[in-house]
Amino acid sequence: MATRIEPASQGGQNQEGEPVQETTILSPQLPESAQTDPVNVSASQDEVSPPGTNSIPAVEKVYRHTCWVRIGHWLNVVCLFILIMSGLQIFNAHPALYWGDRSDRDRPLFSIRAVKTEDGAVKGVTTIMGHPFDTTGVLGYSDHSVRAFPAWATIPSAKWLAMGRQWHLFFAWFFVINGLLYAAYAMLSRHVTKDLVPTGQDLKGIGQSIRDHLQLKYPTGAEATRYNVLQKFAYLGVLFVLAPVIVLTGLTMSPTIDTAFPWLLTMFGGRQGARTIHFIACFSFVGFIVIHVFQIMLTGFFNNIRSMVTGWFVVKHEGASHET
Amino acid sequence: MKHERAMLRRQFLKGTLGAASLVALTGCDNLTQSSWFPSILNKTEQLTERVQRALTPTNALAKEYRDADISKVFPANGNTDPGTEDYAGHLAKNFSEWAVEIGGLVQAPMSWSLAALKELPSRAQITRHDCVEGWSAIGKWTGVPLGDLMRQVQPLPNAKFAVFHCADVDDEGVAYYESMALADCYHPQTILAYELNGYPLDVPHGAPLRLRFERQLGYKHAKYVRMIELVETLAGIGDGRGGYWEDQGYEWYAGI
Repeated sequence: MATRIEPASQGGQNQEGEPVQETTILSPQLPESAQTDPVNVSASQDEVSPPGTNSIPAVEKVYRHTCWVRIGHWLNVVCLFILIMSGLQIFNAHPALYWGDRSDRDRPLFSIRAVKTEDGAVKGVTTIMGHPFDTTGVLGYSDHSVRAFPAWATIPSAKWLAMGRQWHLFFAWFFVINGLLYAAYAMLSRHVTKDLVPTGQDLKGIGQSIRDHLQLKYPTGAEATRYNVLQKFAYLGVLFVLAPVIVLTGLTMSPTIDTAFPWLLTMFGGRQGARTIHFIACFSFVGFIVIHVFQIMLTGFFNNIRSMVTGWFVVKHEGASHET
Repeated sequence: MKHERAMLRRQFLKGTLGAASLVALTGCDNLTQSSWFPSILNKTEQLTERVQRALTPTNALAKEYRDADISKVFPANGNTDPGTEDYAGHLAKNFSEWAVEIGGLVQAPMSWSLAALKELPSRAQITRHDCVEGWSAIGKWTGVPLGDLMRQVQPLPNAKFAVFHCADVDDEGVAYYESMALADCYHPQTILAYELNGYPLDVPHGAPLRLRFERQLGYKHAKYVRMIELVETLAGIGDGRGGYWEDQGYEWYAGI
């Protein structure tokens, strides 16, 4: 991240999209004094001062994401979109979760069912650890059909386990290969140690970072070009905990893989335990994606999207216009 | 003014994301229905098979459990009664005239009555049955190792698959069949089972004889087995994909 900076007002990019001149190398170890104060995003919209009044260029373009990170990111978007929705299709074939190696159907940890009420209507009921919730319309019964997850949440939309499995297992390979390549790249290029591992200063500022996040206050200026401490933990958690767990629990559901690596069953609480963890990990991904997209919207949707498409992220310094 | 713009922008973003996911979903459904895309998806089955076979030692055993682990209820799926007159006749006679034959590409085709099979050395195993739907059940299966029978009939060198012809037909009259690689027939836990949890197999679980293919998913474990045919290719049998469920889009290699 943050490897090259150029003033956008002077010349900008040449035809090839490469920086014309490299003015500064922005490192995460920038001294405190050089950083701008975090300014509330909406407040900065009000102050429109003419560019060029500051000593630093008002708007800078920063080369934020390398090509490999960008490709990996978008492949991952496609994979996760399909894996989650085809996974829900597969879940619909037996919409209940258990612990251990057996599924004792009278004792699920979690289930989504349809039940007939006394007046003949059908209700969707989701039961979590024995507590039933009425989820008619979404879970259990939706669009006049009995199905755990609704048609708009599954691939294919119709009830079709065989096809759901084909989508799932195909994109699972891409997800794994893409993830391994990304992990190898991130380690070798020191993306992990440089950009993702929190520094001592990060850890000291964790309280402030939590307060800022709760108030939806986001860093601007130079600070915005590096990941904040909560962001770092989120990315590291997804990369080194969530992704490996979802792949390994997926493999634990394979009877062949279980004979080759029996310790997987022990590690994840049996085949049904692995299925439960796989499901929880799936919704952890969903939670991550929701927060991730929400943060992207709050911190400048188009600027963020552009930086993940072209690599270039626009940084505004104090007094700069918010519009990009 | 500023507020309105922010609201408009938010609505635009929501609309864009909503529309994008709708387009993506419709796109996925269109791809599913297309003639070419499923065959691309299907390609990973071979990759999965190759990788899994490379990772798994040929004779690695599926986990065997204790008596205490056995499921109180072992669900029966798929066809739970062949429902034919012929089968009903065998059931009425307690399968005393049931015989299983191994033929096709073998040197010495043979046939065994149920009683003859029970005379042969048997294997009992408490294993986990993993259904493609996602559930698992644990049961104790007793039967004859299929490898023992194969050694008696002596497969010819060009025999590649064992096809299991079963007595059950579905509601539309389609006969159930399954197939496995000949090499998998020799796995120590691959047995023709005649008992579940110490009792002769009941009709829902495949009486009088069913396959146990412990390292693959439940639909590979053919029930009501009548005849085992050794072949070089699966083409020309059923729809040519190697099994009743395979013909409906499920993987032939059901290791995951």
